[in-house]
Amino acid sequence: MSVLVDKNTKVICQGLGKAGTFHAIQCRDYGTQVVGGVTPGKGGTVKDGFPLFNTVYEAVQKTGADASMIFVPPVAAADAIMEAADAGIRVIVAITEGIPVLDMAKVKRFLKDKPHCRLIGPNCPGIITPGQCKIGIMPGFIHKPGKVGVLSRSGTLTYEAVYQLTQMGLGQSTCIGIGGDPIIGTNQIEALTMFQNDPETEAILMIGEIGGTAEEQAAQFIQANVTKPVAAFIAGQTAPPGRRMGHAGAIISGGSGSAADKIKALKAAGIVVAATPADLGAAVEEAIRLKK
Amino acid sequence: MKIHEYQAKELLQAAGAAIPEGIVVDSPAAAVEAFDQLGGNPVVLKCQIHAGGRGKGYFKGYQEKPKPGEKTKLGGVKYLTNRDEVAQVAEIMLKYPLVTLQTTEEGQKVSKLLVQAAADIEREIYVGMVLDRAAGMPVLMACAEGGVDIEEVAAHSPEKILKNFVAPETGLHPFQARKVAFQLGFTGDQVAKAEKILMALSHVFLDKDCSLAEINPLVVTKQGDVLALDAKMDFDENALFRHPDIQAMRDLSEENPIEIRASKANLNFIQLDGNIGCLVNGAGLAMGTMDIIKYHGGEPANFLDVGGGVTPEGASEAFRILMGDPKVKAILVNIFGGIAKCDLIAEALVKAGKEVGFKVPVVVRLQGTNVDKGRQILKESGLNVLTADGLTEAAQKVVAAAKGQ
Repeated sequence: MSVLVDKNTKVICQGLGKAGTFHAIQCRDYGTQVVGGVTPGKGGTVKDGFPLFNTVYEAVQKTGADASMIFVPPVAAADAIMEAADAGIRVIVAITEGIPVLDMAKVKRFLKDKPHCRLIGPNCPGIITPGQCKIGIMPGFIHKPGKVGVLSRSGTLTYEAVYQLTQMGLGQSTCIGIGGDPIIGTNQIEALTMFQNDPETEAILMIGEIGGTAEEQAAQFIQANVTKPVAAFIAGQTAPPGRRMGHAGAIISGGSGSAADKIKALKAAGIVVAATPADLGAAVEEAIRLKK
Repeated sequence: MKIHEYQAKELLQAAGAAIPEGIVVDSPAAAVEAFDQLGGNPVVLKCQIHAGGRGKGYFKGYQEKPKPGEKTKLGGVKYLTNRDEVAQVAEIMLKYPLVTLQTTEEGQKVSKLLVQAAADIEREIYVGMVLDRAAGMPVLMACAEGGVDIEEVAAHSPEKILKNFVAPETGLHPFQARKVAFQLGFTGDQVAKAEKILMALSHVFLDKDCSLAEINPLVVTKQGDVLALDAKMDFDENALFRHPDIQAMRDLSEENPIEIRASKANLNFIQLDGNIGCLVNGAGLAMGTMDIIKYHGGEPANFLDVGGGVTPEGASEAFRILMGDPKVKAILVNIFGGIAKCDLIAEALVKAGKEVGFKVPVVVRLQGTNVDKGRQILKESGLNVLTADGLTEAAQKVVAAAKGQ
């Protein structure tokens, strides 16, 4: 068991441009079952060993794919997500960065009628169950199979966390990059619920950043519903208010969503909060020790 | 991306909102001419800058910074009744930079003034639209108590703010607008006038991909008109590709020149007040790197995210920007190679280092994809680079270096 994806997951790639193709190959090399790609008009041909299909519907019919990795450029990415959901894809991983937020608002409402479907991202590194299935752009080799579930709004900061965990001998059950945009498919609480319900996951690391109030809500949720040890980190403690730091999500406005607010809420809920990004692995160890 | 008040009002007017009569000018002479054109009646001169808090601001060079509690001699918004005053005040406004709570201490140069027919205000109301992240859709907010103190109201009596979600595929429904108008206390033919402005606000927000659209205040005049007296808009930069008209409204004089240069190289750069330059891949790690520098007693000079797909050219330009900042006393390069490979980054650093020279100490911490190759390249380059394996070590080294230790 693991969360959302494992060795049986069959993945197609939407958007086999330069980056999409590169990462689809990387995923296949990692051991992921990448069963094809979708490029309208190229159906029936093969690219770098990937059979191509004109539509996601056709790809699902012919390959039995249940997951999709999306690299489609921002202008058409929302449509690509909805196409995957409509075709019955179970796990949609949207890597694309820069999707207009109102497009995502429409996607979010479209997905309301598709309870079978879970969207991860957009603007995220993807999801990986180490040793079984990698759908995304994270470097596979830093991961190690194990029992820590990682959920994060940030990309490279997640790699940092995973690297530290692996160095300390703490493997990961599944790592989910939930994405840094204002509207995302899977939020912290949904990811936490999956980890809480997953028998393979024994501890959880949540990496957040400034902006919004998702971490504050997650803290309340953890206090009430999560029995497993939880550690956390919030990036942006030194960010000046009102400035946008790369992720559209990382905006502090009106005093809410500051790092201090979030850290206070997390600590109040009994969560171990890493003081610096160098202490991510140590914080998980501490959380496990405290629960024993 | 922000636009000016007069531009926001033009967009609202085009969508059907009533706005006060006004003329945009860029000289004292044109301001006087506008005053005459508006019938010689009282006007309000309004400085067109992106920052808020104009009315309570002051003009640097024209007066000393007001002490706390002291009123400004002249703010960025001024009610005037005669030609001579218009000429004098316009001259000051266009000459000195305007400092507000939201600008830097240096203030913002004013190059345009809006000369607006003064309204006889009976009531001030707040309306705004913004994205509600938790709900995943836009929300229309309205408050019967509008004006400059809306933030106070929001903080102390949030129940006074009426909220209505707006479906992105349909926009605000007329019944929603009507409901809000009645809740705000409009009566008689003013209900329809308010409804029209609310509908216009929703249209502009959705049609132009706003991240914020605000009318504050929406006023009722003694004559019974309902007008958008002031407006603010911010746009989703990710959606600008489909709005050339909005892109054309961009005012580069409002933006930091180094940040503009960085954005041309696809770098995400924000200037800060410290002396340690940071070059990092990924926004979260970049913020985390700033945090750990501060934790060890240093002050970051910038936020710089070179992005996941960073190119050697991008990394070189990033390096040149940091080296070109006289405030920077040391630089920390923190790269976790995923898509970006450490050897490529190392090569770019070496190239940039040889081009511009390392005038200040540089600490490099590489990790991830091709890290050994990257470290080898740095070692063989002969450049004076301090290396670090872990984040803590890197932060401590760069903080010490910035202090000259």
